[in-house]
Amino acid sequence: MELLQLLIYGVVLGSVIALGAIGVSLTFGILGFANFSHGDLMSVGAYIALVFFTTLSWPLWIALPIAMIAAAGLAVVIDRSLYRWFRGRQTVILLISSFGVALILRALVQMIWGPDTITYQTGIQMPYRFAGLRIRPDQVTILLCCVALVVAVHLFLQRTKMGKAMRAMADNPNLARLSGIDTERVILWTWILGGGLAGAAGVFLGLDTRLHPEMGWTLLLPIFAAVILGGIGKPYGAIVGGLVIGIAQEASAYVISPAYKPAVAFAILVIMLIFRPTGLFAGRSVV
Amino acid sequence: MELAGLLTYGIFFLTLVGIYGLLALGLNVQWGYAGMLNIGVAAFFTVGAYTSAIITTAASSGHLGGFALPVPVGLLAAMFLSGVLALAIGLITLRLRSDYLAIASIGIAEIVRLVLKNEGWLTGGVRGMAGIPRPFQGWIPGYDALLFLALVVFCVVLIYWANERAWRSPWGRVLRAIRENEAAARAMGKNSLVFRLQAFVLGAVVMGLAGALYAHFVRFISPEAFNPLFATFLVWVMLIAGGSGNNRGALLGAFAIWAVWSVTEIMVTRLPEDLVTRAGALRVLLIGVLLQVILLVRPQGMLPERPPRRERQEE
Amino acid sequence: MSLLSMENVTGGYGEADILHSVSLQVNPKEIVVIVGPNGAGKSTAMKAVFGLLRLRSGRIQFDGQDITNWKPDRVVRRGICFVPQTDNVFPSLSVQENLEMGAFVRDDDIRPAMERVFELFPPLREKRRQAAGTLSGGQRQMVAMGRALMLEPKLLLLDEPTAGLSPIFIDQIFEIVKQVNATGIGILMVEQNAKQALAIANRGYVMAQGSNRHEGSGEELLADREVAEMFLGG
Repeated sequence: MELLQLLIYGVVLGSVIALGAIGVSLTFGILGFANFSHGDLMSVGAYIALVFFTTLSWPLWIALPIAMIAAAGLAVVIDRSLYRWFRGRQTVILLISSFGVALILRALVQMIWGPDTITYQTGIQMPYRFAGLRIRPDQVTILLCCVALVVAVHLFLQRTKMGKAMRAMADNPNLARLSGIDTERVILWTWILGGGLAGAAGVFLGLDTRLHPEMGWTLLLPIFAAVILGGIGKPYGAIVGGLVIGIAQEASAYVISPAYKPAVAFAILVIMLIFRPTGLFAGRSVV
Repeated sequence: MELAGLLTYGIFFLTLVGIYGLLALGLNVQWGYAGMLNIGVAAFFTVGAYTSAIITTAASSGHLGGFALPVPVGLLAAMFLSGVLALAIGLITLRLRSDYLAIASIGIAEIVRLVLKNEGWLTGGVRGMAGIPRPFQGWIPGYDALLFLALVVFCVVLIYWANERAWRSPWGRVLRAIRENEAAARAMGKNSLVFRLQAFVLGAVVMGLAGALYAHFVRFISPEAFNPLFATFLVWVMLIAGGSGNNRGALLGAFAIWAVWSVTEIMVTRLPEDLVTRAGALRVLLIGVLLQVILLVRPQGMLPERPPRRERQEE
Repeated sequence: MSLLSMENVTGGYGEADILHSVSLQVNPKEIVVIVGPNGAGKSTAMKAVFGLLRLRSGRIQFDGQDITNWKPDRVVRRGICFVPQTDNVFPSLSVQENLEMGAFVRDDDIRPAMERVFELFPPLREKRRQAAGTLSGGQRQMVAMGRALMLEPKLLLLDEPTAGLSPIFIDQIFEIVKQVNATGIGILMVEQNAKQALAIANRGYVMAQGSNRHEGSGEELLADREVAEMFLGG
């Protein structure tokens, strides 16, 4: 029973990780670098929602899209002002630059909202109970929103020309260029998609726990683990990877100290790097 | 009085420049020479600091310790353990693309940070470790800070010399060749991997030494001082600003960036109390922007890498 | 007038030049083959057409227009498609999606073009929903060519289309090349299987050390003793 309860928490956390991992996986596949600023982009999304959701007391269904749009816009601005100039140079330069961007974003959050822990809503939520299991209303919201977003991403990737081009470019960037695909436009949309999902993931993380300038950074390692587990450039793999990592992290509390949850992600990452660095689903289609 | 204060500050400043210089030299072997992306400098710095602290402190109820061994033993142990940690990470990620090493290194840094905070019996947890001995205490009364600076300078000169020799040696040449063509190097097989592993471990050993010196210098360590900002990010900015692949560049970068960092600190402390934390974030922001500007405008750094002169055949 | 002409093209990827004053032509509806030893710059010459190379001098003209140093997507729009030797499909995309990506720059109805590709490569029709990465080497090559044909180009560039394939597939590929050419598409092809390739070619070029050494009709080159000794393995 206890384990089942942890499983529920794991799915909630896993959904948040998955949303972040989709963007990291796509930009990794398309631009060829591990984006270290993705976690902090999530934090920015969470704090922007704070303004509308908590300060202005607007409903979540308005605050959430605003946060997503803002995070997507920010991702595009970062790409246009920085990353774009590094294209064609070694991709490691992009990685180092993104590491710097991560600190810039975190510093901005700290300057605007301060270093302390904040919650969206004060007061205690009564959890729903069924068959001895508990789930908070917020967590139900998170799960429903995540499912809706993943379905939307799926439709975008499968049905639209741009979505297909995005998968194609994540698969084989060179061939995409040779096929005449407008790669700059694909990159633009990848940042919009990845940034928007990061914004949403940040809001959900804030809903599930609390807001803190380092909230996104601490989720970066589980996100990377999910991306590598699912295979780089494979958005569907990233979703599965995110769920696996989330569940593993929460379930680990059954055995080890909860303080070491991030270590579980790292352990899985290391095992993957040793045995299957190309990811679980390499060589065959995930869908 | 004013002069004495300035002198004390100068010694303090230079000692930290030296310690950061060591970190930058260590990173230069990994990144500048071998092209290996270590985003977890903090891990090796921390392991070095805590190892030496545990080995040299007197017994304390707050953490593991009581060995009270001499400082040189602590330094050696710090270097050894950092090296072992690097060996483990290197073996896992060596045959993979450099991005994987970056991810794995950030992972190990996070794990080290978790252990630091949660394993109180070992590290003192968030309360930290106090009473770390500083060498030369009381040798010449009033001059122990200066003597410690001399020790740091000695270490910097030693490592600089070793780095320069390595750069000109066949070993350095192979590393550069591997760096220029990672894919080919991976295909070349085991031998080239061993070269990279050596570079990674040696760099980490130097970082461990820097950590140990830091612990003995500040004499009180807590997780605060080992966050990725101080122990990883600043080092990267130093190396890139100075010029990766160039040891003099690494040292110049350490000096310049630490100077910028210190000046902004002095400016910030003059601000009203409630603005101090936010202004602290502003300093980070400035350094972050500085890094981007360097990457965009002068990616080769202040002192760019130079191929070694054709010198007489060594060996 | 020729469809494609390279005049005295010199250039490379970085500092060092790989091509030294290479000149070649493809006339409309021709099959032209470039043969030569490894490292002769054959593939590089084709990449030069596609704007993947920095040219230091020389001119490339296509269909009466100067396309020197054009970017790949512009070249594609102009009517040249390129099939690289390796990594020439999108492995996790289905066969049909691979073909759709070939037509990315088109905004009109692409179904007729896709229908023609399926007629040319019948096995692809049944496997249209299968991921391209799961296909056999020969079928993958069909997807690669099919993708390039979706734009209905005037000229198709093939980089060693038979590399790594078994003899049965090699014959099949050459057959397909002839079929594609019969629909009026010019073909410029780099090939290791020089004899077979020259046999179906209208004309051929022999390249060595970054410049073209011999030129002639397929039969002429096959009959030329010097060429045979040097490049065709006796």
